[in-house]
Amino acid sequence: MDRRVVITGMGIWSCLGKNLDEVRDSLYNAKSGIIFDPARKEIGFRSALCANVPQPDLKKQLSRNQRAFMPEEAKYAYAATVEAFNNAKIDQDYLDSHEVGLLYGNDSTGEATMNATATIREKKDTSLCGSGAIFQSMNSTVTMNLGCIFRLKGINLTISGACASSSHAIGLGALLIRNGLQDMIVCGGAQEANPWAIGAFDGISAFSTREDAPTCASRPFDRDRDGLVPGGGAATVIIESYESAVRRGAPILAEVVSWGFSSNGDHISSPNVEGPTRSLEMALRLSGLDKKAIQYVNAHATSTHIGDAQEAKAIANVFEDCKPFVTSTKGQTGHEMWMAGASEVIYSMLMMKNGFIAQNLNFENPDEDSARLNIVSSRLETGFDTFLSNSFGFGGTNSTLIIRNIK
Amino acid sequence: MANNELIERVNTLLAEEFEKEVTDITPEADIKATLELDSLSLVDMVALIEQEFGVKIKGADVTKIKTFGALYEYIEQNVNA
Repeated sequence: MDRRVVITGMGIWSCLGKNLDEVRDSLYNAKSGIIFDPARKEIGFRSALCANVPQPDLKKQLSRNQRAFMPEEAKYAYAATVEAFNNAKIDQDYLDSHEVGLLYGNDSTGEATMNATATIREKKDTSLCGSGAIFQSMNSTVTMNLGCIFRLKGINLTISGACASSSHAIGLGALLIRNGLQDMIVCGGAQEANPWAIGAFDGISAFSTREDAPTCASRPFDRDRDGLVPGGGAATVIIESYESAVRRGAPILAEVVSWGFSSNGDHISSPNVEGPTRSLEMALRLSGLDKKAIQYVNAHATSTHIGDAQEAKAIANVFEDCKPFVTSTKGQTGHEMWMAGASEVIYSMLMMKNGFIAQNLNFENPDEDSARLNIVSSRLETGFDTFLSNSFGFGGTNSTLIIRNIK
Repeated sequence: MANNELIERVNTLLAEEFEKEVTDITPEADIKATLELDSLSLVDMVALIEQEFGVKIKGADVTKIKTFGALYEYIEQNVNA
């Protein structure tokens, strides 16, 4: 069986907005979601730069007992998934009468784990952690919460692949649907935005220290980049078989054409060129498309020296003289990590559906590697129908999705 | 009979945590039904009482305390005990 896989719904909760419309406008207007958070300085951060992620108030939607199991990342994921279901015209009756799966990227529950541990250490009484602590602090917290809230009955797994987690989630979801094992899967990624989860990340000097100019700090591919800015939120896409979408009269937004993946088998934090290259080449090979068909590449580029340089080399080597438009939306959002694969598919989809390519924010001067790419430094009012989205993670895990518009 | 100050503290604490009207909480009312507690949120109630009053409700006693009146009595008898 080799079925077509389509995207029929999207939802987002990010530093660029609390829904698709807000995020589309932010992308169009080159809004930065990055701020300086003084509280991070007080707890010893080298860099207090971060994304400004709004906190959802779910008191009206979810009971106290439901919310008790949800850390912030699960709340973001809930908000994004509600929007995605609405966008896909799926109601609870549909979910109750069909086997709908759930594959969500997540790779930390730092704050919840820390809170529980702190209580045990201080009080020496595990019962004082509260009933929600165990469910909040397991890495599968997002999928266990969403699966119960929406009463989902298909596959239910959290995908942990560092900063490629949610790209892998979409890729794996597409694979299951393509092979006839599921008709519809809720895919996405969530990222906690509190400082505790990424304090140790700050500790290895990975973050930009351009604290005097927060909105200029995340500058993927720019010659003067000095590190990433941590982001957060959640993004959900509903993927289903083409037949399922047609059968229920769903809005078909795009097709997940192919998924490529690879592992560098190399250094834990420093990426190489060969691994990402193989991921890109696999996605292209499986797509059956000529590489000239890829009009836009949403790069993983996080604004680190080595990461952006290696990805630029990989993209340039793979596409040779095709020169697709390239941007990293992380200039606006910072690095949304576990969420980034899914959110960047949505950012790209919003641009594709609205006929523009947002500028790679803060790209002012290329270096020798990014000079080989066709980076969009100011907004383009241009339509495109096929894009490629890269997501790479610590440990050398790589994921590449190719998505094609369906009008 | 537990004193009014203790009753008010218990009622306010539980109404706020479990998002109920404080007027729903009466000495005769069933705790689980009123606060919509399941086996997990019951753990939270026990933890709250311990944090607020320093009274740890023993496992065997949790199931015996059915009403808020019984809870007030239990706390009163065990506080600073």
